[in-house]
Amino acid sequence: MPEPLETRPRGSPAWNLLLIIPFIALLWVPFYNSVEPSLWGVPFFYWYQFAWVFVTSGLIVLVHRMTG
Amino acid sequence: MNWTALIIFVLLFGFITVLGFVAANWRKGDLDLLHEWGLAGRRLGTVVIWFLLGGDVYTAYTFIAVPALVFGAGAIGFFALPYTIIVYPLVFLILPRMWAVAHKHNYITAADFVEGRYGNRWLALAVAITGIVATMPYIALQLLGIEVVIGAMGVEAPGLLGDLPLIIAFVILAAFTYTSGLRAPAMIAVVKDTLIYITVIAMVVVIPIKLGGYASLFADIPESKLLLTSPKGGNLGQYSAYATLALGSAFALFLYPHTVTAILSSSGREVIRRNAAYLPAYSFLLGLLALTGFMALAANVNKLPEFADHFARYGSNFAVPALILHSFPDWFAGIAFAAIAIGGLVPAAIMSIAASNLFTRNIYVPFINPDRTPQQEAKNAKIVSLIVKFGALIFIIFLPLQYAIQLQLLGGIWISQTIPTVIVSLYTAWLNPWALLAGWAVGIVTGTWMAATQSFQSAVVPFSLDGLTIPGYAALYALGLNFIVSIVLSLVLNQVRATRGADQTVAADYQM
Repeated sequence: MPEPLETRPRGSPAWNLLLIIPFIALLWVPFYNSVEPSLWGVPFFYWYQFAWVFVTSGLIVLVHRMTG
Repeated sequence: MNWTALIIFVLLFGFITVLGFVAANWRKGDLDLLHEWGLAGRRLGTVVIWFLLGGDVYTAYTFIAVPALVFGAGAIGFFALPYTIIVYPLVFLILPRMWAVAHKHNYITAADFVEGRYGNRWLALAVAITGIVATMPYIALQLLGIEVVIGAMGVEAPGLLGDLPLIIAFVILAAFTYTSGLRAPAMIAVVKDTLIYITVIAMVVVIPIKLGGYASLFADIPESKLLLTSPKGGNLGQYSAYATLALGSAFALFLYPHTVTAILSSSGREVIRRNAAYLPAYSFLLGLLALTGFMALAANVNKLPEFADHFARYGSNFAVPALILHSFPDWFAGIAFAAIAIGGLVPAAIMSIAASNLFTRNIYVPFINPDRTPQQEAKNAKIVSLIVKFGALIFIIFLPLQYAIQLQLLGGIWISQTIPTVIVSLYTAWLNPWALLAGWAVGIVTGTWMAATQSFQSAVVPFSLDGLTIPGYAALYALGLNFIVSIVLSLVLNQVRATRGADQTVAADYQM
């Protein structure tokens, strides 16, 4: 069992800045509007955006842990 | 008539009907009080909120319309994925503050908070009316989703008789919402989301196998639909449209009254923070769902003669039902269609509860009956929830479908204009309430005008700056003007002390 989040010391709010990354990665379309590199026949445009679901979720978990 | 599908559909529908009524006794509270009926007593934990918000945000209309857009317009329709990814960092950072201050002061709506923050019931009224008006067509579109799948099972008759199944579904919805309040959609959401996951996973596994795998699926998609059109000749093309649609929709999402209602029903701010990390599971699902639009395209379902009538009637909105009928045995089609229909009931229930909370708290009490008892307040909300749903039903039966779709488009633009009032106010009360009201009015008028220039067919408008054309989401452009007016007028009006009301809240209320 992890200890309850409420009892951990609160970290620096600067960790919140990590959450800007998904905005940059997804709102700057030229990063990903292409077919190559494709993955198992899935164009980059699609698998890149799917991958950001996991990265964003992971970032939120990380920031949550770090800021308590 | 597709009897096998229909029987499965009716059985599942009957099951959730029972569940809706049983829900009244779940985590029992005094349902004659508004926060019990309309917010389930603010006692919902992490798991239930995950299902409830998932059931709330990813609606029957989403299930039908997102693949329909990808089917019809290609890659641009995929903006739903980045939109529902970037919304969660915003949820994580912003909404715990809203929950904390609402919990402290027993606010039930966003407009309650605005009233408490600025002591200005007119600004609260503007927020309440915007929320109600933006929600109504959204409820109507849920009923549309239900209508499409009922039609897909071949249940059709001329005139009003043809609307009978929809009316029955509506009566069930109205009855369990009236008796059980938010507890009903919270409980049903668990069933709904499970069925939706089963359906979508089956679709993205089984159908590509029939089409020869994902590589072959994408190879079948015409190049014009596979990627966004690149900028050329001083026009940013679909690039800016895609990014602004994603960003603007993400901001609008958690201003919608039904999202606020679900958020405020959580038992704590940690429930919201945890869910911000877990809710993206639904975004993944939504992305898969968007891909079914391509599957429908690759399978050429709109060219099959057996579906010609339905495509004539429902347009691209029939793409997913057609794909399901074409790819699965009848019994599974019954499960899938039940998933979509129940997927309409859950948000429709929450939306009608949210709209009636707004009407009761921010119109009825301050302007009509200030001396009400708490029991009268809850009674009023229950009755308004019936009126709201009845209005949506009339809308979908008697008015052209196009109106509901266009109004929902406008609803997104309008609800975005409450961002300065609702979201910025969670951090500072510097903006003047009358300036916010003026900014809101400017945003509503210019946003509506921008959509009018597109004949209400699209919310993407071209914005020209120094020879560069930037097509973008009208909600964001209008929001820009809204902010400018709010800030400039605040500089002036803040000099006049009489323009500011009392602030009930203190900084500590937002932390807890």
